[in-house]
Amino acid sequence: MSNISRDEVAHLAKLARMAVTEEELDTFAGQLDQILDAVAKVGEVAGDDIPPTSHAVPLTNVFRPDEVRPGLSQDEALSGAPAAEEGRFRVPRILGEEQ
Amino acid sequence: MSDLTRLTAAELADKIHTGEVSAAETTQAHLDRIAAVDGDVHAFLHVDAEGALEAARAVDADIAAGTAPASPLAGVPLALKDVLTTKGVPTTCGSKTLEGWLPPYDATVTRRLREAGVPILGKTNMDEFAMGSSTENSAYGPTRNPWDLGRIPGGSGGGSSASLAAYEAPLAIGTDTGGSIRQPAAVTATVGVKPTYGGVSRYGLVAFSSSLDQAGPCGRTVLDAALLHEVIAGHDPMDATSVDAPVPAVVDAARQGARGDLSGVKVGVVREFSGEGYQGGVLRSFETAVAQLKELGAEVVEVSCPNFTYALPAYYLIAPSECSSNLARFDAMRYGLRVADDGSHSAEEVMSLTREEGFGAEVKRRVMLGTYALSSGYYDAYYGSAQKVRTLITRDFAAAFEQVDVLVSPTTPVTPFKLGEKVDDPLAMYLNDICSIPANLAGNAAMSVPSGLSEEDGLPVGLQIMAPALADDRLYRVGAAYEAARGPVLDKLGELEASK
Repeated sequence: MSNISRDEVAHLAKLARMAVTEEELDTFAGQLDQILDAVAKVGEVAGDDIPPTSHAVPLTNVFRPDEVRPGLSQDEALSGAPAAEEGRFRVPRILGEEQ
Repeated sequence: MSDLTRLTAAELADKIHTGEVSAAETTQAHLDRIAAVDGDVHAFLHVDAEGALEAARAVDADIAAGTAPASPLAGVPLALKDVLTTKGVPTTCGSKTLEGWLPPYDATVTRRLREAGVPILGKTNMDEFAMGSSTENSAYGPTRNPWDLGRIPGGSGGGSSASLAAYEAPLAIGTDTGGSIRQPAAVTATVGVKPTYGGVSRYGLVAFSSSLDQAGPCGRTVLDAALLHEVIAGHDPMDATSVDAPVPAVVDAARQGARGDLSGVKVGVVREFSGEGYQGGVLRSFETAVAQLKELGAEVVEVSCPNFTYALPAYYLIAPSECSSNLARFDAMRYGLRVADDGSHSAEEVMSLTREEGFGAEVKRRVMLGTYALSSGYYDAYYGSAQKVRTLITRDFAAAFEQVDVLVSPTTPVTPFKLGEKVDDPLAMYLNDICSIPANLAGNAAMSVPSGLSEEDGLPVGLQIMAPALADDRLYRVGAAYEAARGPVLDKLGELEASK
């Protein structure tokens, strides 16, 4: 039985903001199906009575002292920007014409 | 001059600090070696000769002025995995998406190395964003194993391990999410340590799977790894998951171990890590190693960790899930690659087209796998169940460490395979990490130390040692004792063909 269809892979790619090609969809659908088959094995031992572990070190609300210290300058923060304008990141159009 | 590259980091430090050789000539000798052999090995993505020599000259100036060296490794050069940020020096993570990026800040590991007077020779090759076991997923071409240039050097930190085995650097830094320090160490006959999770700061370590990622030391000897461990480890307020506890005394432990007495130490052999899928020569090397541990005085018992067989599937749900979230930052807006910004595409389209072009196949696979595992409807069956397995593995370790001080296993089930052999078969590739993943899931400390050459192919095999969290010193004691009894392995590697 197939875990994941080609259409589902296309949907995942869309959710993950990756414009995958038709050829990639074929390859990934087969591979993801195989991988999901293998990893589904976790269900064999994951009983209701077992609490989940999200992190090896149980820590909550770790703070450091609230002290003023130097951060990146505006120029440093923009130094890797694909495009910058007037001290800001310049990005492509976000809203459509009708919005 | 060239024999400077054959010395250990401890020997080099001694010569530099007593004025017998300068840090600058030591660094230059390694730069020369890189120039001679890296065309074939391809361990480095970027060589920073000027930066390294400048750092070395500063150490020499200190020594000439009679100032104490900044650290026990001051002046000893190092190769840094390209996943740790270096201010003003390229950091690509092996990805096209970060080609040409110059980070505006240093990772804490980088900063500590600089403060310790360690010249950074350059940045080492890796599987893209540390996802892989062969470096074949690097966007810049694979690294080749100095033992056989047609074979993989391990991954993701294959550049770091190969730089050590090729004598291009005496020390290296790796990062280990599921075995990316230990597996490369095993297949190149070098030493690699994944410290306790939280032992070394993740600040400036470009995140793959944040609950698993851990930077650690790599060297040609256990003592060298220990010296480097003490330079990079310790609490960092910039990493909320950094452990606020004293750094284990790993250098003392390595020196104690080197005396060759393991009496009073209880060693557990993990029963689940043998059998089908394990190469005969790997298993026989492991059996010999266990016999040597006994001869050193250790008490050896067999231990069962039944849930370890579920570690691999759990890992391939947890790591992709975290990566799908972490890699969302590569959105083409603030840094890194941006394509199709020609006025005809929206921001969302630019993002999708950029990620399509900037990411390689393995990264795409894992991002989609994680997106799937975290989707409502599938969450409980996949990610939720994987988190429960993580609990079971932690319990298995806890039970085992009630009986023994350390656990041992082969580091990898097989010796280094040929480039291209598994690159189109993700599942076969994933199996390389079957023995190393449990320590990441539980946050334990673990080491790979050379255990000789496999009898059927003459290629390196690694012995994995695992210790409880915050007991990293046990790895070094047992590792150094075993190393002393076993004798050097890397010495059996002839001169690289290309440099003959």
